[in-house]
Amino acid sequence: MAGRAILGLRLEVRDLAAERGGRLLFAGLSFTLAAGEALGVTGPNGAGKSTLLRIVAGLLPATEGTLALDPPDAGDEDAPVRERAHYLGHADALKGAMTAVENLGFAAAVTGRPAVSPTEALRRFGLSHVEDLPCAYLSAGQRRRVALARLLVAQRPLWLLDEPTTALDAASQAVFGAMMGEHLASGGLIVAATHAPLGLDPLQSLTLGAA
Amino acid sequence: MIHGLAAVFWRDLLLARRIGAGGATGVVFFLCLVTVVPFAVGPDLNLLARIGPAILWIAALLASLLGLDRLFGSDSEDGTLDLLRASPAPLELVVAVKCLAHWCATGLPLVLVSPLFGLMLALDGPTLGGVALTLLVGTPALTALGAIGAALTVSLRRGGLLLSVIVMPLTIPVLIFGVSAAVAASGGTVPFGLPFMVLCGLTLLCVAGAPFAAAAALRLTVE
Repeated sequence: MAGRAILGLRLEVRDLAAERGGRLLFAGLSFTLAAGEALGVTGPNGAGKSTLLRIVAGLLPATEGTLALDPPDAGDEDAPVRERAHYLGHADALKGAMTAVENLGFAAAVTGRPAVSPTEALRRFGLSHVEDLPCAYLSAGQRRRVALARLLVAQRPLWLLDEPTTALDAASQAVFGAMMGEHLASGGLIVAATHAPLGLDPLQSLTLGAA
Repeated sequence: MIHGLAAVFWRDLLLARRIGAGGATGVVFFLCLVTVVPFAVGPDLNLLARIGPAILWIAALLASLLGLDRLFGSDSEDGTLDLLRASPAPLELVVAVKCLAHWCATGLPLVLVSPLFGLMLALDGPTLGGVALTLLVGTPALTALGAIGAALTVSLRRGGLLLSVIVMPLTIPVLIFGVSAAVAASGGTVPFGLPFMVLCGLTLLCVAGAPFAAAAALRLTVE
């Protein structure tokens, strides 16, 4: 990860509980993640993995509990976790009518703190040859790679990844694995919900039960 | 933050141009409505001239409802809304910027062509000017009110019809004062300034309040 190292960050989650449609998914969930650590969230379908990630990303309210990312951001002390995390969900957040470079440029501008240029980020994923093609013409795996390249174009310390390797081929999984390794080495944090092994070390794991 | 908001504005204009859901379609729909009315009421020029401002306003209202379901709908479906919510810019400002871009792409072209289409309804000069001016002031209110409906129906796949049902009643005050100001522009017992100022006030109210309402609705409905 280019840019300055992120020092001594800690993600603290205390007694988190979540409900979806009146059904309790999990309760009393606590974990602490220090700089350079990754957390793999596993569990059967419907156990609340995506919900947990969306709560940490600030996109859903938690029924109970607190979460904090300390110390606060140096530039903006009041920045909530939402503004310091990359959330990568099932949807790729790409516009079919815009090219890969335009999509990434937009993401970088909206997210703030541009890091790697869109062209360079796409080159790392081996997508240079399609960077000026509208995303509607890309395959599912290529779209996924463009979405993953978004993690590089703006610098945020916490990565929240929901099934990040869906539709990726083996080569891209290796590139992505190396990318996550660099992010952790520079002091970043990763929380990933996944069925496939991420191949990260050190990796904490959290298993959500079927509700 | 300003950089991010500018990016949202230009992206929405770019998408409106590339997907073709923007100005041109709305203008053609506007033209269709204005053309159909003389066929329905008959070739009575005096009657057409009398109801012309109302026809233009109703046509503009319907045309501005056209693309509203895509205002937040496409961003919600493809996950871009999550990206926008993670932006340092407050969601209210993002909503306001998206409304501005939507108005530039769909509302402004209607205002620009309204004097031309008014000629087809036998309107005289002052009334043409009055219609264009009131539409210029009034269509931002239509977009702002529409944004509330668009945000409320964002999670529905086929929310377009429901959106129109929600938004139409809210636009009645704007319609009343817009048409009465446009009619007053050609003389009459009511001075032009009176309904026009009320219309300006309504627009300011809608433009100031709608981003908050729409952002609150987006936070609630997108789960």
